[in-house]
Amino acid sequence: MSTTKVMLCVIIALLPATIFGIYNFGWRALLIIAVTIASCMLSEWIFDLIVHKKNSLPDLSAVVTGLLLALNLPSRLPWWEAMIGGIFAIVIVKMLFGGLGQNFMNPALGGRCFLLIAFAADMTNFNAARYESYSGATPLAMIRNEGTSSVNIMDMLTGKIPGTIGETSVIAILIGAIILIIFGIIDLKIPAAYIITFAVFMFLFGSERFSITYVVAQLCGGGLMLGAFFMATDYVTSPITPMGKIIFGICCGLLTGIFRCFGANAEGVSFAIIISNILVPIIEKYTVPRAFGVVKEKKVKVKEAKGNE
Amino acid sequence: MNKYLERLYNGVIKENPTFVLMLGMCPTLAVTSSAINGLGMGLSTMVVLICSNLLISLFRKVIPNGVRMPAYIVIVASLVTVVQFLMEAYLPSLSASLGVYIPLIVVNCIILGRAESYASKNGPVLSVFDGIGMGLGFTVGLTIIGLIREILGAGTFFGLSFLSSFDGYKPATIFIMAPGAFLVLGFLVAGMNIIRKKMDAKGKPLAAPVGCMSGDCAHCGQSAACTGKSQPAPAKKATVTETAASDENKEE
Repeated sequence: MSTTKVMLCVIIALLPATIFGIYNFGWRALLIIAVTIASCMLSEWIFDLIVHKKNSLPDLSAVVTGLLLALNLPSRLPWWEAMIGGIFAIVIVKMLFGGLGQNFMNPALGGRCFLLIAFAADMTNFNAARYESYSGATPLAMIRNEGTSSVNIMDMLTGKIPGTIGETSVIAILIGAIILIIFGIIDLKIPAAYIITFAVFMFLFGSERFSITYVVAQLCGGGLMLGAFFMATDYVTSPITPMGKIIFGICCGLLTGIFRCFGANAEGVSFAIIISNILVPIIEKYTVPRAFGVVKEKKVKVKEAKGNE
Repeated sequence: MNKYLERLYNGVIKENPTFVLMLGMCPTLAVTSSAINGLGMGLSTMVVLICSNLLISLFRKVIPNGVRMPAYIVIVASLVTVVQFLMEAYLPSLSASLGVYIPLIVVNCIILGRAESYASKNGPVLSVFDGIGMGLGFTVGLTIIGLIREILGAGTFFGLSFLSSFDGYKPATIFIMAPGAFLVLGFLVAGMNIIRKKMDAKGKPLAAPVGCMSGDCAHCGQSAACTGKSQPAPAKKATVTETAASDENKEE
């Protein structure tokens, strides 16, 4: 399957979450999505022109980066900040390291984390007229401050909650995830390891220990589902070895749990995934599967050594 | 070109410590969160560098080779103490914002590097000019980085706010934090590399960053641990002229 086809599948799989985001947050969400996709494509095209590289737009990876970035931004973000995020994601995180396949961290998450540090106030402003009852706080922040009883888990499943554009509806994300799995784009190992580790961690160490409702609320809240299925599974920045995928998922889950339980913010998915991205080369180095026949050879050598004795 | 002016040109452009030699990265990255901090750090380093170059150059025939490093450090440390007390007395706010990086000038590798590779082999006047050149280069580098970070990250220019006239713009705080230092430095070094390539194409190559400043491997104290011994041809030519120059000075 070519890169273009894979990227097209990812875009199709992201459509349910995108459409729900636009329905949920209105035209402002559409504007943010359009701005980030346009800035990603434009900056990739201009970068290719400047460094005399072959135009890499047809592989659609810039569109996926732009769309994923937009789904990770709050709908009230000023449009020019979203544009800067797109440029940062493409130029600095992806192209300066050599383009698609060479980047060491997920470009969309790199862009999001840049914006989160640069414009902290705007990036955590989730006020939306629709959700007056939530007083602008995401469910995760409410769980942190007031406990699980203050949120409605049904709303968190369908996505009628404040948050970033694409992370709110668990159902829409799961539809996308099923599309990805059916087409064979992603392997279940990473998301499964991620989500199970995270759930176990929250069950044991979360602020409401041994409460299933709390774990479910934590699973549905924030960018966990979007991160686990769409961003931790990025081919370029996740391990290729089967064992490595599981270890990578566990890393993501542990870090997310640690950040959400003990960190300063209620959310920690993006930082957890990019830190795990940095660990990928080490994980791959130690999880190279034993090639067929290697074990036998070793045994033979031992036998030979014994024979020589 | 006059050999004194040549030292200045060498320090500011050809062997700029920040952008070409990549020396003194710790203060470069850590204190440049505003232009005034960069300028203050650069100037205090420059004062220490000029005085230490002068003193080391004067004492170069007295200091035994085996203990030259401790001797240099004693000289530099005394000068840094003077600068530190002066700053605490007359510029308390700058002193507070630079904090531990002022005492750390003692181990700044630009100062020890110039002492080792230039002042210990050349006469006092040339060494002072070398100190001025290198110090200016460092100051210019730090001020540029500080200025860019301050404009992007705080929306001010030497502490003066100018962004109130642009409605709706908010400065990106990341630039006055640690990642911003690496981003800005990376782009500036990339820009310097473009200039270097253009100069190469023109036939006026800039000095290659070889990890040491003199290129004089035979007399270098770090020769054993050095990895940059296989230097390209233009650097070797420079070595010859530099050794010749230092020989001339010795004859004087």
